[in-house]
Amino acid sequence: MTTATIDRQSRGTAPRAGLMTSFKRSWDKHWYAWAMVAPVVIVIGVLVLYPLGYGAYLSFTNANEMTVAKNIGPVHIPASYDIVGFDNYWKIISGQDGDFYPRLIWTVTWTVTCVAFTYAIGMGMALLLNRPVRFRLFYRLSLILPWAIPAFVSVFAWRLMLNSQYGVFNSMITQVGLPAQDWLGTPFAQKVAVIMVNVWAGVPFMMVALLGGMQSVPQELYEAAEMDGASPWQRFLNITLPGLRPVSNTVILLGVIWTFNMFPIIFLLLGQNNSGDTDILVTYAYRKAFTGVSDYSGAASYGMVILAILLVFSTFYRRYQAKTEQA
Amino acid sequence: MRRGISAVAMAAAIVLGATACGGSSDNKSTGDAAKDPAGVSGDITYWDTSDATNEAPVYQSLIKDFMAKYPKIKVKYVNVPFSDVENKFKTAAQSGKGAPDVVRADVGLIPEYASNHYIAPLDGTAALKDTGDFTQGPLNTTKYEGKTYGVPSVTDTLGLLYNKELFAKAGITKPPTTWDEFISVSKTIKDKTGVTGTYVNPDTYFLMPLLFGEGTDLADAAAKKITINSPEAVKAVTKAKEIYDTSSAKVDFASAYDNMQTSFKNGKVAMLIQGPWSVSDDISGSAFKGKESNLGYAPVPAGSTGKPQAPTGGHDLAVYQGSKNLDASYLFTEFMTSSASQVTIATKTGTLPTRTSAYTPAVTADPKIAGFKSIMDTARPRVALAQVGSLFTPLQQQYVKILQGQVSVQAGLDAAASEFATLLPGFTK
Repeated sequence: MTTATIDRQSRGTAPRAGLMTSFKRSWDKHWYAWAMVAPVVIVIGVLVLYPLGYGAYLSFTNANEMTVAKNIGPVHIPASYDIVGFDNYWKIISGQDGDFYPRLIWTVTWTVTCVAFTYAIGMGMALLLNRPVRFRLFYRLSLILPWAIPAFVSVFAWRLMLNSQYGVFNSMITQVGLPAQDWLGTPFAQKVAVIMVNVWAGVPFMMVALLGGMQSVPQELYEAAEMDGASPWQRFLNITLPGLRPVSNTVILLGVIWTFNMFPIIFLLLGQNNSGDTDILVTYAYRKAFTGVSDYSGAASYGMVILAILLVFSTFYRRYQAKTEQA
Repeated sequence: MRRGISAVAMAAAIVLGATACGGSSDNKSTGDAAKDPAGVSGDITYWDTSDATNEAPVYQSLIKDFMAKYPKIKVKYVNVPFSDVENKFKTAAQSGKGAPDVVRADVGLIPEYASNHYIAPLDGTAALKDTGDFTQGPLNTTKYEGKTYGVPSVTDTLGLLYNKELFAKAGITKPPTTWDEFISVSKTIKDKTGVTGTYVNPDTYFLMPLLFGEGTDLADAAAKKITINSPEAVKAVTKAKEIYDTSSAKVDFASAYDNMQTSFKNGKVAMLIQGPWSVSDDISGSAFKGKESNLGYAPVPAGSTGKPQAPTGGHDLAVYQGSKNLDASYLFTEFMTSSASQVTIATKTGTLPTRTSAYTPAVTADPKIAGFKSIMDTARPRVALAQVGSLFTPLQQQYVKILQGQVSVQAGLDAAASEFATLLPGFTK
């Protein structure tokens, strides 16, 4: 106690060290730590911060493939694009480009629907598998399978199964006398199909995470509740759900971010001959950047807008979460 | 303090070590290839986009012959899927890292590559030899703003493929020559045999014969005018919609190409607008297996201009402008497009050569090549614009909406035209 007081006094009375001096002192003391984190800082800088910064810069220009600088062999052409300020963002936010709001509405619908379904189904399956059943390990492993298959493989398998003329679904339902469906035909059917495939692919993760959460809920609580005569539904509502809250909050946050940016399912399931109604923001931005003459600035501003939306969502979600956890 | 310095040195070493990897290059250009071809040496990479199982071995064996002829040049063969090559090449070409020296480019990509300076002008280099021997259509696809940026390797166009047996059953003696006849023939076939007339491919490339048939295109490069919503284009797309409504099997938009092929080769539809690349697949189906003569070839039907016209397709070889071994690349391009190589490619893969001298009796003995050779006269180049690849996306989306009946022809094409206007600065609607 005494030493602490003396320390505080001596620090208080000492002349204030300059920024350089304090940096130097900290360097002398902690140089080892700096050296240890240096590789990580460099890798993150090269792989994340630099592209992010460059993307942000491009979003304030009108750069496209024709106007960027080129140094190819004997050809040296300086960049001919200009800084246009917030012009790209204005075009997006004001709805001038005509695509942003339809794409945003569908992206949000898609995200909410997919996360709600994957969470609900994942929860149901986790509940089933959390009880002593025979062949439990087998069920658990086989239900993880959709997660283990690379997305593009499963998406192509679904595309074959949903084929309106030669697919297995139509041959099954025509067998029982129902009319064949055009599963990937109209925009509405396409939307249902992509949600279905994404739910199928997303359930295992939810299931595994929630199952892990359930197993960490203390068994004594259930026993005590049973003693008090709580019904299974009451036990689920008042023990399982609150016990799962930390896990749920995390998986829902992850689910939202992943689904919002779920590229392969939408891009690969529908092929190129579609009306564009099923494009979410990321696939739309991809088309801007990678079809024909690349529109770098347009795609970059979409990227920044997507990032902003997700940042805002995550911040508010964390805040809401902190509030509910305190309560 | 000494320990601090050593840590700085360590960090610096990591940074320098990471950046040093990208720096090496072997820049040796040994004289003019045209003057002393045997003296040229170096390593080059070739990106091929031919079919990896059926066609690639032929190209690989030709590369072996090339290396035997020029022992100082080493060629690395890379097969890149046709659907990926545009983005892969553009990315690599821009950064200069991992770009090939020679690339096989779809004829429609030449203006885009050339306007961005990715590929080198070839006039006066060793790559172009006996240009008078090339047929005019394919040679035209290599030109951009007066310079030659590619060497034609193989060519193709769209034609009308039909099932002769079904035609005979329906009592039809000759393939339709106009789109109206196409619709009435479909009806006759449906009535007499129960087989559907055609399967419309909703890809916009297959819309080109209809647009050309009305004498129009996506845009007019010379007049700087967008023509996709011109009265002619509206007429063409209205006809396409009519064919879709009256004569086509139900189209599965997500798997259109595969379903179209399966339907035709198994005799479930009688006619297709298709290119020579599909024939080897056609003759593997029950309708044509063992009776290849059942497959009929005809020019695409004509529109109101009365002249059947289809887009010139095929591939050109192009040389990357930033190649470290331009001379070796020129020689390689020349070798692969020479008459002898084209004969080998044609006889082994059934693709159409671009040199007149390569149509030897052995080559034209192939019914597929013979069938399409006469159709090649109907081929015309597409509008040579750098942005042509970008134009297909909005048109595709509107075309799907038009076919599905979500928008009218005029409204869909007007919407496509406004998108075109943002992609083509300086063009009028």
